[in-house]
Amino acid sequence: MSARLLPTPSQTVGPFFEFGLLRPAQPNLVPPETPDSIRIEGTVFDGQGRPVPDAMLEIWQASPSGRYAHPGDFRSDLPIDQHFSGFGRNGTDAGGGYWFRTVKPGIVPWLDGRPQAPHLNVSVFARGLVHRLVTRMYFPDEAEANAADPVLASVQDPRARATLIAVAGDGVLRFDLHLQGEGETCFFQI
Amino acid sequence: MDTSTESRTGSRPVGYRRDDLDVHPPYDSPAYRSTQYRHPTRPLILLPHSLSEITGPVFGHEAVQASDRDLTHQHHGEPIGERIVVSGRLLDGDGKPVRNSLVEIWQANAAGRYAHGVDQHPAPLDPNFSGTGRCLTDDEGRYEFITIKPGAYPWGNHTNAWRPAHIHFSVFGPAFATRLVTQMYFPGDPLFDHDPIFQSVRDPRDRQRLVSSFDLGLTQPEWALGYRFDIVVRGREATPLEEP
Ligand SMILES: [Fe+3]
Repeated sequence: MSARLLPTPSQTVGPFFEFGLLRPAQPNLVPPETPDSIRIEGTVFDGQGRPVPDAMLEIWQASPSGRYAHPGDFRSDLPIDQHFSGFGRNGTDAGGGYWFRTVKPGIVPWLDGRPQAPHLNVSVFARGLVHRLVTRMYFPDEAEANAADPVLASVQDPRARATLIAVAGDGVLRFDLHLQGEGETCFFQI
Repeated sequence: MDTSTESRTGSRPVGYRRDDLDVHPPYDSPAYRSTQYRHPTRPLILLPHSLSEITGPVFGHEAVQASDRDLTHQHHGEPIGERIVVSGRLLDGDGKPVRNSLVEIWQANAAGRYAHGVDQHPAPLDPNFSGTGRCLTDDEGRYEFITIKPGAYPWGNHTNAWRPAHIHFSVFGPAFATRLVTQMYFPGDPLFDHDPIFQSVRDPRDRQRLVSSFDLGLTQPEWALGYRFDIVVRGREATPLEEP
């Protein structure tokens, strides 16, 4: 075993990441014409309820079969879709808005093998965030799976839990993020 | 990536250590004023690491072009400023190289101005310098960029606030759990003591790991100074099965 190294500290992404990380942005995890694809949109708000125009979101998700496009996903019985990387990245606009187009991920097991409800793993970066924030987006049409999900169950406060579930809108799923204050999004320490 | 053989014991995925948590700055860092309304006030919920956290995006060679790592050759002419080589290794907390992993950088030009519409600093733009680069690490976890030493620049945090010269770095590491965005600084910068972003990292020994070191071995005769900057992402939890 080699000696342990201490990790490099995080620093804020600052105000000028757009030209370094979002050219091009990757909002489409699937081509726009993909059947059953979903548009996710939302707004990022600060603790004063103002939109955050200089944030970046990254999503990481399993394929519709429930497999992650990564060698650490050992479930070789599940098909890999060569065209689905599972990764997306987009910035917020002047009104704090962002969007992605993707497909609903399948079931991924929890540590004890129980199913987790379909979810997106979300990282949030912004000026004024010294370290990314991590949250998850769950799907509103999965009430039964959500009720049995071990991560949702670990969030005691029902209002905090509700912030993790997107809201069905007119052909879109809305997933707003509140960095602080009223309706503060549930964030995880990972 | 070489994570498949050690990603589980039986069917249970092996998570990542949480030894980095007090290394990172606190979300509420008042001296850096923009944190005031952007830090969460409720305690973060501890998330055990399932497959969702121990997997992460994989980028192939299609994500980068060879020219992406030389920021001095992205335009017709050469940028103004002090040419430098910035190189180092992306390692995990056990000192193992993180291979074929995407490293992205962005920075101001030699005058301290970003090629970004929002930057209002009245310093000249350089038509031959965009200030962005990307590359994949090699089998030793090594990356290398050729660029221009960025200038310090003022910002509105407080009166006479200046950022020390820095290069922004974004790395993924092997998993969602290891995602890291940071900044690399240059040795001996007189602005360190006055910069709330650098100082947001509480322990001076942790801050020191954000500072690159001058490296004569990387320095190229008659051409460019070399700076070394290793980046360490957290390692895996110990697995009893790893020991024979
Ligand atoms: Fe900067």
